[in-house]
Amino acid sequence: MSDPIYLAGAREMVLGISRRLGFKEAPATQIALAVDEALANVINHGYDRQNDKPIWIRIWPKTDGHTPGLRLMIEDEARQIDPDSICGRDLDDVKPGGLGVHIIREVMDTVTYERRDKVGMRLTLIKKLDSECTHQTETSNG
Amino acid sequence: MSVETRSGCVSRLSRNSIPSAHTKRRLPMAESEELEIDVETHEGATVMKPVGDVDLSRSPVLRNAIRSALNDKPDKLIVELSGVSYMDSSGVATLVEAMQITRKIQAKLVLCNLTDRVQSIFEIARLDQVFTITDDLDSAKAV
Repeated sequence: MSDPIYLAGAREMVLGISRRLGFKEAPATQIALAVDEALANVINHGYDRQNDKPIWIRIWPKTDGHTPGLRLMIEDEARQIDPDSICGRDLDDVKPGGLGVHIIREVMDTVTYERRDKVGMRLTLIKKLDSECTHQTETSNG
Repeated sequence: MSVETRSGCVSRLSRNSIPSAHTKRRLPMAESEELEIDVETHEGATVMKPVGDVDLSRSPVLRNAIRSALNDKPDKLIVELSGVSYMDSSGVATLVEAMQITRKIQAKLVLCNLTDRVQSIFEIARLDQVFTITDDLDSAKAV
């Protein structure tokens, strides 16, 4: 639901899964931050702070391509907007608010906003597991 | 030492207890919120120490506490952040707002003891060069 009290639980879930997939603590924390910011934007702007609306989070390992990683999808039933209109503000203009989109784009490797078929928006985030992000752990491939 | 409040939240007294020459108070918390904030005043400076995550659900508590503290027009507001293990952009926005208010009342705002996670978001937002940030409370008091 779109209640801010659930943000902590969402962060913990994303943090735990990120670690499990091999991300170091710092990038795993930043992934959780990016998801937190995305959810906050849905709550504040998509749902105008109504706290009883649905938000879906899906997470799964990214296995396509050469670089593994993490793929997240956040969907809602909020009002639809032009994805091209979603942009961060000028950081040189220091003022409260407006940092969420910038943080998301800084942290994640791919950020895609799109309209869902009938109602709401969909945000797809991808973070690649490169050498700077990984633990020094053994893998099942040896 | 812990104190059970009427709301059921456990409140911790500041570990940096100050002799009776200083004024210390605990700001009231909203029901069901768990952000604890210790406030101490000393020689015109107000030191505020939030403890907990500062996200969209809790940043209003910090905002109200900062506004309350600045209503007294201190010479300096120090926000000691060692107890904040997580902050998102709503928490940062609260501190930006605090900076705007302190500029209007010609007071200083200093942040100190940022955890790595909080330092990271300031760097991502490019605000680490905008705020006055020190490594420890003594340095913040000396600003």
